[in-house]
Amino acid sequence: MEYRFDEKVRYAKTHEWVRMDGAEAVVGISDYAQDKLSDVVFVDLPAVGKELKKETSCMVIESVKAAEEVFAPVSGVVAARNEKLVKSPELVNKDPFGDGWLVRVRLSDAKELDSLMDPASYKKFVETL
Amino acid sequence: MPEPLIFEISRKGREGVSLPACDVPETSIPPGLRRSELLLPEVSEIDVVRHYVRLSQLNYAVDTGFYPLGSCTMKYNPKANDAAARMAGFAELHPLQDPSTAQGALAVMHGLQAMMAEIGGFPAVSLQPSAGAHGELTGIFIMRRYHADNGQHARTRILVPDSAHGTNPASTAMAGFEAVEVPSDTRGNIDIKRLKENLDERVAGLMLTNPNTLGLFEENILEVTRLVHDAGGLVYGDGANFNAILGVARPGAMGIDVMHFNLHKTFSTPHGGGGPGAGAVGVVEKLADYLPGPIVAVAESDRGSTVSTRYEWFMPAKTIGRVKSFHGNFGILVRAYVYIRMLGAEGLRAVAENAVLNANYLQARLTSVYPVPYGDRTCMHEFVAQGKLASAPDIRAMDISKRLIDYGFHPPTNYFPLIVPEALMIEPTETESLETLDRFADTLLRIAEEAAAHPELLHEAPHSSPVRRLDEVRAARELKVTAG
Amino acid sequence: MSFIPNTEADRARMREVIGISSNADLFTDVPEKLRFPRLDLPGALSELEVLAELDAMARLDTHTGQAPSFLGAGAYHHFIPAVVDAMVSRSEFATAYTPYQPEISQGTLQAIFEYQSMIARLTGMDVSNASHYDGATSTAEAVIMALNVAQKQRRCVILSRGLHPQYRAVVRTYTQGMGLTIAGDEDRVDGIEGLGLLCDETTACVVVQNPDFLGRIAEPGQVAALARRAHAVGALLIVVANPISLGLLVPPGEMEADVVAGEGQALGNHLSFGGPCLGFFAFRRDQIRKSSGRIAGQTEDHDGRRGFVFTLSTREQHIRREKATSNICTNQSLNALTAAVYMTALGPRGLRRVAELCWHKAHYAASRIAAVSGYVVAPGEFFHEFAVRCPRPVQRISARLYEKHGIIGGYDLGADYPELGNAMLLCCTEVNTKEQIDRLVDALEDCRHA
Repeated sequence: MEYRFDEKVRYAKTHEWVRMDGAEAVVGISDYAQDKLSDVVFVDLPAVGKELKKETSCMVIESVKAAEEVFAPVSGVVAARNEKLVKSPELVNKDPFGDGWLVRVRLSDAKELDSLMDPASYKKFVETL
Repeated sequence: MPEPLIFEISRKGREGVSLPACDVPETSIPPGLRRSELLLPEVSEIDVVRHYVRLSQLNYAVDTGFYPLGSCTMKYNPKANDAAARMAGFAELHPLQDPSTAQGALAVMHGLQAMMAEIGGFPAVSLQPSAGAHGELTGIFIMRRYHADNGQHARTRILVPDSAHGTNPASTAMAGFEAVEVPSDTRGNIDIKRLKENLDERVAGLMLTNPNTLGLFEENILEVTRLVHDAGGLVYGDGANFNAILGVARPGAMGIDVMHFNLHKTFSTPHGGGGPGAGAVGVVEKLADYLPGPIVAVAESDRGSTVSTRYEWFMPAKTIGRVKSFHGNFGILVRAYVYIRMLGAEGLRAVAENAVLNANYLQARLTSVYPVPYGDRTCMHEFVAQGKLASAPDIRAMDISKRLIDYGFHPPTNYFPLIVPEALMIEPTETESLETLDRFADTLLRIAEEAAAHPELLHEAPHSSPVRRLDEVRAARELKVTAG
Repeated sequence: MSFIPNTEADRARMREVIGISSNADLFTDVPEKLRFPRLDLPGALSELEVLAELDAMARLDTHTGQAPSFLGAGAYHHFIPAVVDAMVSRSEFATAYTPYQPEISQGTLQAIFEYQSMIARLTGMDVSNASHYDGATSTAEAVIMALNVAQKQRRCVILSRGLHPQYRAVVRTYTQGMGLTIAGDEDRVDGIEGLGLLCDETTACVVVQNPDFLGRIAEPGQVAALARRAHAVGALLIVVANPISLGLLVPPGEMEADVVAGEGQALGNHLSFGGPCLGFFAFRRDQIRKSSGRIAGQTEDHDGRRGFVFTLSTREQHIRREKATSNICTNQSLNALTAAVYMTALGPRGLRRVAELCWHKAHYAASRIAAVSGYVVAPGEFFHEFAVRCPRPVQRISARLYEKHGIIGGYDLGADYPELGNAMLLCCTEVNTKEQIDRLVDALEDCRHA
């Protein structure tokens, strides 16, 4: 199975990715994660203003056969949520690194990005699974 | 032809049942209390009958054909059971009638309590829970109370094997405990080393299914239960697979402290499209006072009498409380009672022997083509094969299952237990003939050939059922759960 | 007789293929000292013998078809049209399993979808599940749902004293591990107004029953006011309803209820000594992901044909395991089907007519009993049950009613509502004739000195 690995993001072991866009971090789940979930039917996005703590569960993504928790890859406050996912949850499957983004976060500690994996390391990690 | 919804058959003004005229003076009903409309279907009786008859014809059932759903025990449901449940003295009895007017029903319940106690090896039984999961919740509450009464308040965890049915951790959480998973070893038993690592003063108990969901008898059962007891815990037995050891072994003698029996599996009561069932619970002596009640006891004055026996309701002294209204699913209990009376001790043992023989026969016939991860062991009443064919790597358990439908069989349980990828859990039960087993095995072997030569037959299956593969993603996204 | 088709010859052949010499070889994993215990059970009976035995046992019972009965209290004797049993005893319904293969279970799935739709309309709510075990566990599951909606942050549950005593007991059993405060039902048997005052930000839900256990009906405006009070503090209102009464009365959905639970036995299911029952469970669409129990949903197949599947299974135990909204697996599917057939056979006018007959007969009985010296009928509006204060202990009256007059009397409220004194809960349904009611009145007169 050939998974896509976006080169412009950093990855958490729990398969979330982070990309800086100006002062905010964009967060989503990887191509590997969306494939394992299969067709997403619902995303339980956190409210704008909600505080996120790194490695703590912040939302649930549901498919027909699973409901997986998404663990915040960084700490901060939710600045925006991808409202398109309400009507079109399948965007998570179709474009996990682009239109399938989940939330934008105002970081509380930029140093947390350093402990995330770069694309090459994450790719190696996925190959062991 | 798809069957219309009953709402689509409805026509304004149509009427079904007729009712008698009011024979008492009428009392006015305050207009403010009356509802304005009720949009139920308006159909005549012939519409009702044709609709439901046609719907029934879309169903596959045990009475239609072979139904090898692992861990569900889809055995034949004897019609004598139903005949007894329909008797007016049972079917028209109100649960709150004075016990003196319900001695027959109480005798049935008392008799069933006693027979289940004997069969399971437990001195005390409650027939109140409605289902296996309900029995699990009951059992865990019993464990909680027992530990609390003994000052053991730190016991907040329950160990659950990784092969366990989803109801086990769900019941655990519902009762306020933390479910801790214990893996299985390479022989399919619970991993003793990992079990020991997890057994400490935080553990309230272990939930065990024996035989387990891999269809295997726990080879170290006595050691397992001893270890749990030594650590101060209790052992809960999930009786879903009891069909394998009826009359062959008693869970009460294996160190199980509290166990539920699925009357709708082992004891032949019909499954009804998903229920109703009954989850009788048996316990060891030290837990007897905690059972949910009321249960049936011989009236105080009649104990020791050889002439007559009167029965009465009895609330166990330290009961965990009611787990449902009234006494239990009596209509189901009657059926189980009749079944056990028809079988007797010899019949029960014959059930287990034949159930296990049938499963081993199928395993032997299939193992050359379908991987059976623990196939070197004697399976019990069921075994887990994998829907993985060396000759057809693109084919999965789902495809094989759907193709079985085209051959007139209900598929086995799919994708459970979770620890076996592409699992096909096959449980034939004892009520199937050798010809049926051979036809099923031959079909699976043929499907394996199709998988290599014509995979599209499997991928697109089923072809001949009332509907083709259904879009579950669409259902979950649109959530159309009520008619228009 | 064990319903095993295979003969000894068949078994010998199978053993050969497996490679064993006797059936006992199959059980070598069972510890030897535990193997093949002698079970002390009565000897096997033929079908003829067992049915004769059961028939004799059934005849020891006096059932509601033999003696006029005025017993309700959560289980009701209603007329069941013959078409109901004819449909639900079909073995394609009765011997099918849970629809794990939806393509060959469309009968069950469509019937359940229709049942859900009917319950939603009956209760005035958006959505219904495919059943819980009974009214009591359905109520407990509603309380758990409210706790989940409040993200487990609220620890207080308010129960009305008018809620069925057994349902209150089951709510307590189910929540015993949760460290909750359950209040409201200790000592007030007045109406529901006072419950609003008990609501605050620690309240997850308020549970009322309407008509309540004593048969009393609350004004829709009163219930709606309680709902608003609950909502103002972020709590849910759960209403337990009688499904037959909903053929006539304003449904809880129009009183701003959040969850409607209750016992559906009265919808075409035999009394059967209290089980199997039918817990119905209806709620608002925006809370669907917090709900429990199976839910059938509509979809299409490969060829665009309409079909039905169980959906939102990620709430359930087989997928979500310890995070499931409930542990329920086997439910009361056949009883739900029974209710659907019953509602279909009666239709909206039929169901309303059943409810009206219950109303008129109960009110006739109450007015006649009120005229018998020594008996005091509780005041207030009621549906088909009412409490009567009696001149003698209820046990004595009931015994005399049965032994001398062959009548099954009402429910003794003494254990559950001692504040009412010697009180009996009497129920009349469409099956009680005027003649039976008149006989009851005469018998009660006779029991004044029991």
